[in-house]
Amino acid sequence: MGMTNSSILKSFREIMEIVQKSDLTINIMEVCGTHTMALFEHGIRSLLPQNINLISGPGCPVCVTGEEIMVEAFELLEKHNVTLFTFGDMLKVPGEGRTLSILKAQGFSVKVAYSPRNAIEFAEKNPNIEVVFFGAGFETTAPALGATILEAYTKKLKNFSMFLAVKTVPPALGFLVEHNSLIDGFILPGHVSAVIGAKAFRFITENYQIPAAVTGFTAEELLLGISLVVKSILKKEPSYYNAYPHVVREQGNVEAQRIIEEVFEKGDANWRGIGNIPLSGLFIRERYSQYDARKKYGLREKPPIVPRGCKCGEIMLGRMLPPECPLFAKGCTPEKPVGACMVSSEGSCAAYYKYGRR
Amino acid sequence: MCLAVAGKIEKIEGDIGVVDLGGVRQPVSLIMVPEAKEGDYVLIHTGYAVEIISEEAYQETVELLKELRWE
Ligand code: SF4
Repeated sequence: MGMTNSSILKSFREIMEIVQKSDLTINIMEVCGTHTMALFEHGIRSLLPQNINLISGPGCPVCVTGEEIMVEAFELLEKHNVTLFTFGDMLKVPGEGRTLSILKAQGFSVKVAYSPRNAIEFAEKNPNIEVVFFGAGFETTAPALGATILEAYTKKLKNFSMFLAVKTVPPALGFLVEHNSLIDGFILPGHVSAVIGAKAFRFITENYQIPAAVTGFTAEELLLGISLVVKSILKKEPSYYNAYPHVVREQGNVEAQRIIEEVFEKGDANWRGIGNIPLSGLFIRERYSQYDARKKYGLREKPPIVPRGCKCGEIMLGRMLPPECPLFAKGCTPEKPVGACMVSSEGSCAAYYKYGRR
Repeated sequence: MCLAVAGKIEKIEGDIGVVDLGGVRQPVSLIMVPEAKEGDYVLIHTGYAVEIISEEAYQETVELLKELRWE
């Protein structure tokens, strides 16, 4: 592996030198929030020449979950007296000025779960408590959420349901390339691809002639993905790479896809700050509706709520960098976030706040 | 939130594997990786193994490195 690493670094340097000497400006979007964090953590941004811009995409599930979803989650606690399990990231997301963490402090039953399986176990042990798992996620998380529903169904649990905001990445990227012509290349999300396969993003290169690489999360993997994409841009030969081959297969995990297909159906979804993206959401099928908290508690869908002044949408479309938002680091900080991009540890605003501009 | 970690399966009982995450042992559902065996490395996300990590991708990595050479 040592030799591999040094040869990646050597090629990376070579390619970057060529970029530096050129008069090109290259915009590369890293779609995934985990990549945004890893790029900062490994100091990779500072290794890039000034004329390469890394733009953070819409790849943080919490950041793209609308405030109206939070308000509905509050309703589950206040009107229906449920015990709400959720991922830790959700606790600080504002909804009309309140958060789950505030409601928890007021005595409502909000529990942080590492896995939806924690919620199922709790529901089994406490048949008199109504348990809801509240989760947002992309395709990486969708099969886990689906498998939880299947488990509840098999076990015929009566006191368990799920309140979900699940979105799929490929339609959002399609939307993005249609609305932002400035992106020259994509670093594609490795773990989403592990589930849906490298094949799922090929359309970006095939239909739009934009180079792209499915990329892993270590420093070497990131350098490899970036180098491949930049080289392809320089050569003006749009290529598509699976640069994370020991985890991502061309077809992905077929069993995980089967679970998604069994439990969910596609529908239009609202992405916070971006708007409606056709067929980019996954919704629980009729067959499993007894585990759909929306139906079980008759939640009425709310129109999208957009916090005033928040530029999350512009940022996730790659049209603006976080420091360009007038509220950045002023009215909006991780302690007192205005938008979800500042809440989630994977949000671009939070990453820029933590690590500075470059 | 799509963060996932790698771990080695130490023991399998039914759908559940005990996975070693760098010294910490955790039960993980293997429902999405039915072909996983003890000793395999898996990618874990929210309590579920989402994919088996392949050791055979070495050749593909070599190919990618060839691609990188500037000529
Ligand atoms: S800094 Fe805050 S208000 Fe501005 S875009 Fe980011 S999350 Fe929204």
